[in-house]
Amino acid sequence: MSQSYNRGLIEDFSRWREFEAGMWAWIFHKFTGWVLIGYLFTHIAVLSTAIPAADGATMMFQGSETDVFTGTIVSLEGLLLVRILEVGLLAVAVFHMLNGTRLLLVDLGVGLEAQDKSFYASLILTGAITVASVPTFIAGAF
Amino acid sequence: MSTQTPTQTEESSETDAEADVPSKGDERRDEKRRRAAEERARRQAEEAEKAAADEETVELKVFRYDPEVEGKQEPRFDTFHVPFTKGMTVLDALMYSRDTYDSSLTFRHSCRQAVCGSDAMFVNGGQKLACKTQIAELEQPIRVEPLPHAEVRKDLVVDMEHFYDQMEAVEPYFQTNEYPDGELEEQRQTRENREKIKMSTRCIWCSACMSSCNIAAGDNEYLGPAAINKAYRFAMDEREGEDIKQKRLEIIEQEHGVWRCQTQFSCTEVCPKDIPLTEHIQELKREAVKNNLKFW
Repeated sequence: MSQSYNRGLIEDFSRWREFEAGMWAWIFHKFTGWVLIGYLFTHIAVLSTAIPAADGATMMFQGSETDVFTGTIVSLEGLLLVRILEVGLLAVAVFHMLNGTRLLLVDLGVGLEAQDKSFYASLILTGAITVASVPTFIAGAF
Repeated sequence: MSTQTPTQTEESSETDAEADVPSKGDERRDEKRRRAAEERARRQAEEAEKAAADEETVELKVFRYDPEVEGKQEPRFDTFHVPFTKGMTVLDALMYSRDTYDSSLTFRHSCRQAVCGSDAMFVNGGQKLACKTQIAELEQPIRVEPLPHAEVRKDLVVDMEHFYDQMEAVEPYFQTNEYPDGELEEQRQTRENREKIKMSTRCIWCSACMSSCNIAAGDNEYLGPAAINKAYRFAMDEREGEDIKQKRLEIIEQEHGVWRCQTQFSCTEVCPKDIPLTEHIQELKREAVKNNLKFW
């Protein structure tokens, strides 16, 4: 009985150069999905400062007494890193939405021959919306 | 040229042992063997010369592995230079390499016209049917490997057993409880129904789709695109009747059936017969949902 040779999992990851549109769409959809879940936790953490704020909790912000909620948000928005990450968050959310619509169409069996084109379209649209959002998010940050 | 060490040492030691009492037949066979070796050497030299001197040659890098021969157990790539002829396919080039340079080069092939499904390989990073892949359309050097996500038996030959198991799991044959009245009556199919299943009947069991599927790679129980396509071919065939269709849907809607598909479209991209596999899987998903949804 001859042995056989198992090349292992490594080949899946080393072949990304040969991936087709559908595969990239799947990878990006997974990635953006995880990023959004991660964001959800920070989002809840920041928003939940509203609970102590409602009970009258205050903090020192730029020399004056502010309630915790406003103080947290304004100080976060003051960070350049947060401003830049917000652009990224928008890009991630927009791609996830557009590709989600594409997947919905795929599930309904609509336009499966054009699935690669709709992936490229959602990429381009994501890029355009992200670029258009830059002035809004970055204004006054530098 | 092959990087392999020729196995002539074995042959010569054999003839030495027999040299004590050389019969006429042995002598004749020795002579024949010697002449064949000479002929082979001459041809190899000729081909190498031709490759060096003239027209177009194709550079092939072929995956080699043989667990039964010591010294070949470490996988490696051999380079072959093959003279290009118009219309040459990857399979033609492989056959040329085997016939001219290294007769131990192993790969499956049979009909050479994209019908038997024996020669699915990994060519330049994609699952291709070697006999219908034109060399002229490929970038050189052409890298030929056995199908990914299958265990390699030798060189380009992979173990297909798991693939065949999955195919058989969906009962890929016509079944029905509804027979026509007369004993000699035909079981007719409407033209529309035939059109519907037309593409799905084209499967040649080459396993290219199964090899390309990322989900099938990670989940050995997943039926895989080819098997689901087979299930589609019969589930959508109206002649089978409702009760058989019900049975088929039960097979495909299991945990490792259609719901494992995440619409990466890899199978549809690589299918050498252009079967819209993802479309068929999606349609079966909808059938499965419709089958289980009840409004009452």
